[in-house]
Amino acid sequence: MEQLYLIRYGEIGIKGKNRPLFEDKLVDNIREQLKRGEPKQLDVYKTYGRIYVRTDLAQEEVTTRLQRVFGIVGICPTRRVPLDMEEIKATCLELVNEQLATKEGKTSFKIIARRSNKGFELDSMELNRELGAHVLINTEDGRLEVDVHEPEIPVNVEIRSKYAFIYTQDLKGSGGLPLGVTGKAGLLLSGGIDSPVAGWMTMKRGVEIVPIYFHSFPFTSDRAKEKVIDLAEVLARYQGEIDLHVVDFTAIQTEMNDKCPADLITIIMRRIMMDIAERITAKQGGKALITGESMGQVASQTLDSMSVTNLVPEMPIFRPLIGLDKLEIEEKAKMIGTYQTSIQPYEDCCTVFVPKTPETHPTKEQVLAGEEDLEIEDLIQEAVESVEVISIVGE
Amino acid sequence: MEEIYLDNAATTKPYPEVITKMNHTLTKAYGNPSSLHGKGLEAEKLIKTARKEIANKLKIKTDEIYFTSGGTEANNLAIKGTVNALHRYGNRIITSSIEHPSVLNVFKRLEEQGYDVKYLDVDQNGVVDLEQLEEYLTAETILVSIMGVNNELGSIQPLAKIGKLVASFDNLYFHVDGVQAFTKLDLFPAKLGVDLYSISAHKVHGPKGVGALYIKDGTRVDNLISGSKQESGVRPGTENVPGIVGFGEAVKEIEQEDFTTKMYRLKKLLVTRILNEIEDSFLNGPTIEQGVPHIANISFAGIKGEILVHSLERDNIYLSTGAACSSRLDTPSYVLEGIGVEGDLIEGAIRFSLSSQTTKQEINHTVNKLKKHVTVLKQIIQR
Repeated sequence: MEQLYLIRYGEIGIKGKNRPLFEDKLVDNIREQLKRGEPKQLDVYKTYGRIYVRTDLAQEEVTTRLQRVFGIVGICPTRRVPLDMEEIKATCLELVNEQLATKEGKTSFKIIARRSNKGFELDSMELNRELGAHVLINTEDGRLEVDVHEPEIPVNVEIRSKYAFIYTQDLKGSGGLPLGVTGKAGLLLSGGIDSPVAGWMTMKRGVEIVPIYFHSFPFTSDRAKEKVIDLAEVLARYQGEIDLHVVDFTAIQTEMNDKCPADLITIIMRRIMMDIAERITAKQGGKALITGESMGQVASQTLDSMSVTNLVPEMPIFRPLIGLDKLEIEEKAKMIGTYQTSIQPYEDCCTVFVPKTPETHPTKEQVLAGEEDLEIEDLIQEAVESVEVISIVGE
Repeated sequence: MEEIYLDNAATTKPYPEVITKMNHTLTKAYGNPSSLHGKGLEAEKLIKTARKEIANKLKIKTDEIYFTSGGTEANNLAIKGTVNALHRYGNRIITSSIEHPSVLNVFKRLEEQGYDVKYLDVDQNGVVDLEQLEEYLTAETILVSIMGVNNELGSIQPLAKIGKLVASFDNLYFHVDGVQAFTKLDLFPAKLGVDLYSISAHKVHGPKGVGALYIKDGTRVDNLISGSKQESGVRPGTENVPGIVGFGEAVKEIEQEDFTTKMYRLKKLLVTRILNEIEDSFLNGPTIEQGVPHIANISFAGIKGEILVHSLERDNIYLSTGAACSSRLDTPSYVLEGIGVEGDLIEGAIRFSLSSQTTKQEINHTVNKLKKHVTVLKQIIQR
């Protein structure tokens, strides 16, 4: 059955002259997301500062999918009726009765009318009164009362130029900005819990991500790579299309292991990863790097380590999880849908070469001295040129 | 070399004859053995032939074979089924500390339910302590379950001696997990005083998803699932006809082979070359001759077995760390722990498991590649 949805969006409403651009992007993103559900009928359109979706997809699927589209604040299954007071009354009553059927005992409601079509016979206050009275009189005695502050059933009535739009449900969206409006960034993606969450949080702010994974076969198994592909598939549900970049890191890791002091291996590895990630990201037109680091979580995530890592790329490195605790990150990973994959026990390349006592307070001078013997530029170029790109389309 | 498969204790490559027979069962003889008509009879006859083949191999009666979905189900049926039937005669059940998880975890569950479970220790060769068994055996004991061959080490258990020890007790059943022993050793359960014996098809070049339990005439086993009268009601459900037919065919093919001597020779070549030519390598468990002909477990000090496995797969050489079923978990092998191997050497353990199809060239090629990888990896890892 066809159903109409009113899509509410927040922040982009205030973005000045960029507004149409942002709105058009959001409309595109909504259409692409819903298309992947293979609807028979789909219509997404923008009118008078509102976005409407009309589709035959099941409501549950529509909601799940739209909750993956950044920029949406609320999803409201909506009824559209002609500008006729009798029809509007009947629909309000019907919607309230639908809600009543799902609740027990006494509950509260409120009519919230907005008349943007000033030619309509009643103004907002009059509409509130008349529709409220109609609903109260015609529902079962003792079930309903009016609560103008925190109604359990808010009945929104919008009087527009040709139709009235009526809805009672407002399902929460993910918020943020339409993906793609704020450019591109490289995401250092490992198989762990943190980096997919960092990627998601960046995507939420409208950034398209280019995930980069460092593979060190045979030190990491191909199952670890499969795991990263699985994680990229989850992120692709939000982004639509994702190009996972797999860097063959074995030769570099071997060279590093051979030439650098053991206690600096981790920090030097992070620096080389940044170098490679920056080159790949730049090729894709990206402007920043994203990591899943959280302050102080492991040896490479101390303030000293991160500041030495930051010296490598010219691009800014963003760390969206910097202020989150492990539990908070796990909570988010569960909500996003990456947690179950992340906790599978395959090692990634960071855990194989972990020295027994890593330096947690490296200095610039110390690290530069540690990198002195490396003959690595050719290896880095080779790694960038031979990067494997796996294109993933979200489900 | 195209592909060298040395992981035959995990699973084996099905014989071409097995595939042909199964194909026939799926395309032509697809009837339900319980149907009254000719199509049903055709399928029933195929199962009968397979049953006979397997029974002959074990030197038992055909109606003592009960088909299951595999070794795990056979072990579960044997243990839970007999304990349920005998529980009023006693509370003690005995097994070893190095059993396969499909036995060990059943005993742990029964322990939680209140059974008095004794786990036998093993010596450094991976063989159970018979004196301890004697000590544990009481009139209250209703079940002893010991594997014929350990899947990680290839150690052979003294089944005949255990059979004699338990013979003097009433209301006590002796179950053997024979999954790794079947067709590799000439073990005949009826002659060894064994009441129940589990086997699996995919370890002997048959298909996955089918196994069997030998239940000696008169042994009381409660079924685990209820249904119709297939497998005398002990294991109801429409028979896995293609699987069973494939199983029978695999056993028939093996019947025609005798490769034990050849496999011992290859195992000896493999182990002696590695121990002689690769520094800091150690054979775990039994000596070459004390163990089965097809399994050798070797540790390489300072190198993670997993990395070695992945290095060799690049050369199309396939083998395992520890046992395949547990090698993907983070915990070190309880079997190697059980025989007293140190932590570092447990992490560095590789299991080679041969088949009758393994060749001398394959063994030599594998050792050559192994030497190369160990040298390179030592440079990288041992700092």
